[in-house]
Amino acid sequence: MLEGSILSRPVYDVLEIRPGRLHLMVADAEGAEAILDLAASAPSDFFARAHVIYVPKRAGDKFIAKLEQLAPAQLYVGPTYEAALPRLRRVLAGAHMGLQVYLAGTEGLMGQAMFEATEAGIPHSAIQTEHRGSAVRRVQCVHCKGITEDVTHDPFQCAHCGLHLFVRDHYSRRIAAFQGVRVDAEDPGNIPESVERFR
Amino acid sequence: MSAGAAKIPVRVAEVTPVNELVTRFRFVRRDGGLMPTFSGGAHTVVEMNDKDRVRRNPYSIMSDPADREGYSISIRRDDNGRGGSLFMHRQVRPGMEMVISNPVNLFALDLRARKHLLLAGGIGITPFLAQIKQLSPMNGNFELHYSVRTASLGSYADELVANYRSRVHLYRDDRGEQIDLPALLDGQPLGTHVYVCGPKGMIAWVRKTATALGWPREAVHHEEFLAPASGKPFEVMLARSNKVIKVGEHQSLLEAIEAAGVEAPYLCRGGACGQCETDVIEYEGTFLHKDHWLTPTQCASGAKVMPCVSRFEGKTLVLDR
Repeated sequence: MLEGSILSRPVYDVLEIRPGRLHLMVADAEGAEAILDLAASAPSDFFARAHVIYVPKRAGDKFIAKLEQLAPAQLYVGPTYEAALPRLRRVLAGAHMGLQVYLAGTEGLMGQAMFEATEAGIPHSAIQTEHRGSAVRRVQCVHCKGITEDVTHDPFQCAHCGLHLFVRDHYSRRIAAFQGVRVDAEDPGNIPESVERFR
Repeated sequence: MSAGAAKIPVRVAEVTPVNELVTRFRFVRRDGGLMPTFSGGAHTVVEMNDKDRVRRNPYSIMSDPADREGYSISIRRDDNGRGGSLFMHRQVRPGMEMVISNPVNLFALDLRARKHLLLAGGIGITPFLAQIKQLSPMNGNFELHYSVRTASLGSYADELVANYRSRVHLYRDDRGEQIDLPALLDGQPLGTHVYVCGPKGMIAWVRKTATALGWPREAVHHEEFLAPASGKPFEVMLARSNKVIKVGEHQSLLEAIEAAGVEAPYLCRGGACGQCETDVIEYEGTFLHKDHWLTPTQCASGAKVMPCVSRFEGKTLVLDR
């Protein structure tokens, strides 16, 4: 489980069944396992009122058959989060109170889906999250505002402006990203060795 | 630091009977100045010098938050209560000088909500009157469901219907009308917040129904001021002040502490805000916890007590006060 550090750094829990009219689940890669674990304690009619949006990424076909076996009312398997986004927005736009949202998988996916859910009016603290799989980070460069996905190293080079960025735990729910700050701002050229911090 | 919120010396500007049980009071500042701003749902604590005792009761401010000339409150007479409402109804006259507290809001609107669903029972309408006046000019999306005993006891029902028409739904007990809560909550748009103010049973019913339908706790707001319950008299040692005080049958522990000249913090005096939380140093006996503040674990620990509403039965009680 990912450790908390400063208040802004999101912490994640373990998904649990909650009463609801519709259960919306968004997961990527190993996040599917969190849904499968949740299913173990679900009442028999639970998935008849569930909509599952899944982006397999590096997990490939590994969990798809098992998700199908849960027989959710709707199961969408898509190539990327961006491809799934119109569907997520459509579900939220038509949803009513009593919608439960379950997010599982990487921080980048959970953060972006949480932003959509809070924009639709759900308090962020009412959205369940469970971190599974990769701990790579989605980072915004505070200088050029460009976002680099799947950051593994710290410091790393911004994919947009090329500055060497120190990855902070400072997190923005609005942009669903951690903050990257130029590491050699005080002493240009003095760039510490890049180490792999996020896998 | 003085106990409670800052105080405002006021003059009673108007006393207006609303119906057979409810009277409205309007306060203006004695120095002619403007009142502090407040937000809908706020209350003020009114100090009443009733013979040899000081009563302090919280009442929701019902007037327009944009109106800083004065505050209005409406009080339902409770003939079997501890006497605060009877004092207001019988003793308070226009022109009288009184002291009220700065407003404190423990029942604010969450302005991130897409829609505000307001559920009132009886005199529980008062915070919503201010909230509706706050929401209305900003085109806020609200819907009021107001349960009254009879038409004549439905305080402000007529003016609400006249001003806001389709947003106001009235239910009369004497006609057997009741809010169809499951149907009302089901199908509300995402981002709706529900607010309830009324009798204890109504609040519990709304919270339970909403939870069962999957409403997040963050979207369910309630306000209930508890009146301190009467009970057996008991003795308390105040360790820091080095005083032994007696809490009378119809007196709250907080009132007894104040009567002994010891300053104790408070805001709501109704078990809701947590301000008066007091550490217990030693006790032998049983706490009668009545507040909404302490968790069941804290109550069981015997380490804390909320003197505004809770009592004690037993041999010794020593408080860090």
